[in-house]
Amino acid sequence: MGYSGFRVIKEGLFGQKGWKPVWRDPAPKAEYDAIIIGGGGHGLSTAYYLAKEHGLTNIAVLEKGYIGGGNVGRNTTIVRANYFLPGNSEFYSHSLKLWETMEQELNYNVMHSQRGLINLFHSDGQRDAFARRGNAMINQGDDAILLDREGVRAHLPYLDFDNVRFPVYGGLLHPRGGTARHDAVAWGYARGADQRGVDIIQNCEVTGIDIEAGVVKGVQTTRGAIKAKKVGIVVAGRSGQVAAMAGMRLPIESHVLQAFVTEGLKPVIDHVVSFGMGHFYISQSDKGGLVFGGDLDFYSSYASRGNLPMKEHVMDAAMTLMPMIGKAKVLRSWGGIMDMTPDGSPIIDKTPTTGLFIDCGWCYGGFKAVPGSGFSFAHLMATGNHHEPAAKYRLDRFRTGVGLMDEEGTGSQHNLH
Amino acid sequence: MRIPCPNCGERDRREFYYQGDAVALNRPAPDAGPQAWDDYIHNRDNPAGETRDIWFHEAGCGAWLVVERNTVTHAVHGATLAGLVKR
Repeated sequence: MGYSGFRVIKEGLFGQKGWKPVWRDPAPKAEYDAIIIGGGGHGLSTAYYLAKEHGLTNIAVLEKGYIGGGNVGRNTTIVRANYFLPGNSEFYSHSLKLWETMEQELNYNVMHSQRGLINLFHSDGQRDAFARRGNAMINQGDDAILLDREGVRAHLPYLDFDNVRFPVYGGLLHPRGGTARHDAVAWGYARGADQRGVDIIQNCEVTGIDIEAGVVKGVQTTRGAIKAKKVGIVVAGRSGQVAAMAGMRLPIESHVLQAFVTEGLKPVIDHVVSFGMGHFYISQSDKGGLVFGGDLDFYSSYASRGNLPMKEHVMDAAMTLMPMIGKAKVLRSWGGIMDMTPDGSPIIDKTPTTGLFIDCGWCYGGFKAVPGSGFSFAHLMATGNHHEPAAKYRLDRFRTGVGLMDEEGTGSQHNLH
Repeated sequence: MRIPCPNCGERDRREFYYQGDAVALNRPAPDAGPQAWDDYIHNRDNPAGETRDIWFHEAGCGAWLVVERNTVTHAVHGATLAGLVKR
């Protein structure tokens, strides 16, 4: 049954008794046409688009935990398309367009809020770099407005504009950037996939991948063996372990990225603000909490929690940028497992095993890519051809050195992104 | 997380720069071919559990260390001078 304002009123009048679970809890079948390993945002959107765009409905999503329990429920919810390099630019542009029609298409409120994103700059050189980035975004068909200092002040009057070390020179405004309710995205895609016949199987951990003569035959799981002609690996931070089941070593190192949220406050931060010089970014959730984060802890980790030095650094940056934040109390912090590639850009590609595909390496930017990644990965799995906006996300770019996408311009090795 | 530097004793993580997996000590021959170099520079076992990686005691004695630690618990088991490991 669909969601609507009328339905909310009706259920309210009848004791909220009409709401039912929105996806089934099926037992795994013995065989599927395709299996997606990983029921995160990317895995669920892959299944949804396989069913919707390619008519593949005899498919299963295997999730070792529960839907919404991984990185899709642990991120800072930012949605944007402000990339610079060819490869990234067209991909995130496509993904943002899918975001803009997602709620109507899924009949699901993901609270997508295009409140605008402002990247601050603090020197003449940075202004030039952001002007160039803004031009790249406009050339891609997206939106960008270069704000001077007074322009930023009109939007963000609470910043410390005259900070001695990092005075605010201006900012690049990306009006279509914003946030979304992160776990609602997972639930919306899960519901949409389930409605099209996809089996979403939770508490089902893949323990092996069956390969015969270089062709994938299925997977071994904690709930038995499942055969499949095609298998897609979409497991983010756990990519290394699952790829090892297929005899692969990936150009990925898993790192911890921390995030923080304060107690609920009255509306104070209307945009998404990023302060690159302090590795700090912030927005305010609809519930009122200030949601913010910083850089990686910078060591490989699967702990889902970080250490105190990075917490201190993030708080330092927050106080530098907006001293008013010192009045807020941090409610909680957490860490996510980031599948970091050497160049900081992702991978959507075939593997050396026929029928086995991989979608990984989203680093700390996977949330905004949820629709685009699923759409492009579904295209690749269904047709065998790379989807144009994601065609540059090749696995072999590291071996050949051709097509590396180092968005930060820091180099292409593991400890730099 | 505190790292026991063989020269300086147990020190705060902030004194160290993380280089990455200890595979960095096994530099292939110049003519080993693109696959060997790809494995050396990019591809990783990326273990969830015990690992060996290289840290530089940047704000201390300046030694390169091989640190044995656990990526799931953040327990640090020990550190050895990279020069001794390499030899």
